[in-house]
Amino acid sequence: MYPNEFRYTKDHEWIKVGGDEAQVGITDFAQHQLGDIIYVELPAVGKELAARQSIGVVESVKSVSDVYAPVPGVVTAVNEALGQTADLLNKDPHGQGWIVRIKIKDKKDLEGLMTAGDYEKYLEGLEH
Amino acid sequence: MKKTRFNDLHRKMGGKMIEFFGWDMPVEYSGVIPEHMAVRTKAGLFDVSHMGEVLVTGKDALRYVQWLTPNDAAKLAPGQVQYTALMTPESTFVDDMLVYCVGPEEYFLVVNAANVDKDFAWIAGHTQGFAVKVVNQSDDYSQLALQGSLAEAILRPLTDIDLAGMKSFHWAKGRVAGKAGLVSRTGYTGEDGFEIYTTDPDPGIIWTTLIETGKPLGLLPIGLGARDTLRLESKLMLYGNDITDKTTVLEADLKWIVKLEKGDFLGKPVIEKQLAEGLKRKLAGFEMAEPGIARPHYPVHYNGQKVAEVASGTFAPFLKKAIGLVYLPIEATAVGTEIEIEIRGKKAKAKVTPTPFYKRAKK
Repeated sequence: MYPNEFRYTKDHEWIKVGGDEAQVGITDFAQHQLGDIIYVELPAVGKELAARQSIGVVESVKSVSDVYAPVPGVVTAVNEALGQTADLLNKDPHGQGWIVRIKIKDKKDLEGLMTAGDYEKYLEGLEH
Repeated sequence: MKKTRFNDLHRKMGGKMIEFFGWDMPVEYSGVIPEHMAVRTKAGLFDVSHMGEVLVTGKDALRYVQWLTPNDAAKLAPGQVQYTALMTPESTFVDDMLVYCVGPEEYFLVVNAANVDKDFAWIAGHTQGFAVKVVNQSDDYSQLALQGSLAEAILRPLTDIDLAGMKSFHWAKGRVAGKAGLVSRTGYTGEDGFEIYTTDPDPGIIWTTLIETGKPLGLLPIGLGARDTLRLESKLMLYGNDITDKTTVLEADLKWIVKLEKGDFLGKPVIEKQLAEGLKRKLAGFEMAEPGIARPHYPVHYNGQKVAEVASGTFAPFLKKAIGLVYLPIEATAVGTEIEIEIRGKKAKAKVTPTPFYKRAKK
C-alpha cells in the first residue's frame, strides 16, 4: 500500500526523493479521510518553504485541509493536471496525484520522517 | 453521545461516523458525490431520527399553532403537512419546521435536531391562554427519509399505504416492513420521496428492508454530507446557517410561508413594518465565477466593501459548480450582480444567480 521508497509525515504527506528534488503528495489514508476531492490550490513555482509551511490547500466537498511541506525547500514544479482533475488525488494519491516538486534544502531533514513501516504502525495507532 | 436506533446498522454498512449536535451520525458511506448523485438519479435512504417531534393536542391546538407560526395552519385538512416556522416576536427564527395536521385538535410538529430542547422550551413556554397539551416525543420516534425518483417504487411493495394516491405534503398512517408508523410525501433534497416515522422500539427491519429492496435499483445509504449538498442545491434552509434568530422571515426570502390574512401571530407587526418600509437585505443565491469554493463565514464583498459573510456554501455535485447563499444588501440581490468571496485572503468573483440552483423536472 505505502511505497517503501517514500517518507511520510504525521499529517499524512508523502515525499519521494530523486536526486536533489522530491515529489510531495498526500497519502492514501489522507485522501480517504477527505473524501471526494474537487479543488486543489497550488503554490507558485519558486516559493520558498520552511518546514511544516503550507504548500497548498485540498478541498473535498465537505472539508478544507492544508498540505504542509515535509521538509524545507523551494517549489520547482506544481502538478498542473490537478487544476482540471483534482480527483487524481483520490484515484492515484501516490502517483499521478502528486502535488508539488521541491528542491530540498538539506537531505538531513529527511531523517526526521517516517518510513513506510513506521507510517503503517502510526496509522494503526490512529485507528484504535 | 446519543445514538439512533439504526446506529449499529450504520457502522455495519461502513458509515463514517461524526458527532452532530450530540448525536453519533453517519456523515458518509460511499462518498458525498456518489451519494448525492444516487438521490438525484435513483434513490437514497437517510437516518434522520435525530430530528425532534412535538405533539400538540387540545381544544385550542389550531389557534395555538396559528399564534406560533406565520403560515396558515387552518388551511390544513387532516392528512396534510405544511412547511412553516417557529418565530420570535421580531419575526426571526426559533426554528423552521413541518406541521402535520392530525385534526383541528391535534398537530404533530417536526423540528431540527440541533434545536429540540430550545424549541420545546419555546413551545411549552407559550401555552398560557391556550387549552393545549404539548409533549416532546423526540426520544420515542425514529425517522427515515427515502428520497429520489425511485422512492415510490421501492416503498410501494413494503407498505399498506396507498403511495400512488399520496400527494406531495400529505401523510398517512400505516405499516412499513411490518412496523406501525406514519409516512409523508416530504423531504429535504428537492426530489420526490417520503419520510417514515415510527415509535417502534426496534425499527431496524425498516432500514434493512428498504436497503435490500432498493439496492438492486441503485439506492444508496446517505450520510449528513450529501444531505447538506442536496438541500443546498435545492435552496432548502439550514437553521444556524441560512436562518437564525437574527434573520427575519422576509429577509430569508420566505414570504411564501407568511399569511398575514390569517389573523394575529408572533412576529406579524415586524413583518408588516418590513413590508411597508422595504427590506435592507435579503438572502440571495450565488455561484462562483472563478476557481474556489465558498464556505460558511467567508467574507463577501460588494462594490469594494465587506457586506456580509457566506451563510451556506459548498460544491454542488449535481450542478458541478461552487454555490452558496448570502444575505446581501438589497441593491446587490439582482440576478447577475457581481460580488466577491474572500477565500483564504484572496478575493474570487461570484455572481448572484436565480434560485433554487436545482429544480427537478416535473413528471
